[in-house]
Formats: sequence, structure tokens, C-alpha cells
Amino acid sequence: MLDFRLYMAQRLSALVMAPFVIVHIGVMIYAIQGGLTAAEILGRTQGSLFWFLFYGMFVVAVSIHAAIGLRVILFEWAGLKGTVLSVVAWAIGLILFAMGANAVWAVTA
Amino acid sequence: MKVARAHPLWLAYILHRASGIALALFLPLHFWVLSLALIDAARLDSFLTLTELPMVKLAEFGLVFLLAVHMFGGLRLLAMEWLPWTAPQKTWAVAAVAGSLFISGTFFLQAI
Repeated sequence: MLDFRLYMAQRLSALVMAPFVIVHIGVMIYAIQGGLTAAEILGRTQGSLFWFLFYGMFVVAVSIHAAIGLRVILFEWAGLKGTVLSVVAWAIGLILFAMGANAVWAVTA
Repeated sequence: MKVARAHPLWLAYILHRASGIALALFLPLHFWVLSLALIDAARLDSFLTLTELPMVKLAEFGLVFLLAVHMFGGLRLLAMEWLPWTAPQKTWAVAAVAGSLFISGTFFLQAI
């Protein structure tokens, strides 16, 4: 239950995220040295245009990617289809985007 | 339809799908915790002290593994679909990238 546009959006969002994931894992390994604190995280991210764009694009790509991925699984394993499937997939994508955007704003603004 | 569960590629498929589902379920929690920085930084800090617990460290290890295995599994899938190579060539290419990344990453993390 995946038309060509959804297939391409899924693959392109994956390609966009591959370098983001590598950087994200690197930052995690670096950041947990000596424990995690809010001050340390915010000291790195607050007021940074770079991290705002990095995490902002990451959130956009992951919202698209997770919504389409779960759409396939809900079709194959839960038997959802048609309008119900589209509405659920859109809801997943929009909720993830809203929560992700809120998180990015919270740590970079 | 017969499901070829004994085939190694079935394992690759189910690992990619299971890691994808787990990551998608984790994301809302991840975003919610980070958004605490905006409304209650002290609460974020008290949440972050949980990361000292061995159980939480183990769970973090699991999450990083899920993220990495989903990424490499996805790159494998993209190579299979889009690159006109033979399957063994793609396997070696992915192994080479993964190995190089591991070695250079280990060096970099010692350097910083």
C-alpha cells in the first residue's frame, strides 16, 4: 500500500537522515562523558543556528519517515486501508512533527 | 504465502522492521523529555539523573544499537534497490563503510 510518491519520500528522507544519524550517535557518545545535565545540553544548543537547523531538518525527515514506515506496517499487519490508513499515518506524522518541533525549540531557542 | 523465516534475509527484514517500530515508539518520549527544557529545566535535570542508573544505561545501549542497526540496514536496502551491483559487492561495500566508520569513529572519540 505504497504509491510511488510515498516510496520516494520514504527513501529520500532516509538518505537525508543517514548523515544526521551518524552525527547524532557521535554527539551522544561525546555528550554522555561525565554524565548528562540540562545545563550542559542547553550550553551546547541554545542560540545555535547550526543545531537548530540540524535538529529541525532531522525532525522533519523523521516525521515523514516514521509516518510512512508505520503506514506500511499498519497496512500489512493491522489490515488498515483506505482513508483510515491515510488519516492514521497523517496523524502520526503531524504529532511527531509537533512534538519534535517543540523539543527543538526548547533546546535551541 | 509461505514465510521463509529460516532465510537470513528474513532476519534482516524483521530486524529492520522491529527496530523501526521501537524507534518510532521511543521518539515521543524523547521529544517530551527534551521539551521539559522549555517549561521546567529542574525537572529535566531530575530526569537526566536517571541516566546514572545501570538499567537506564543498558536501555540507552539498546536504543543506540536500534538506531545504528536501522541505519545500516536501511543503507543496505537502498544499495540493493538503487545500485546496479551484485549482492556480494553490496555486502562488501556496506561492510567496508561500517568498518571504516567504526575505526575512524573510535579514533575521533578519543581525540575529542
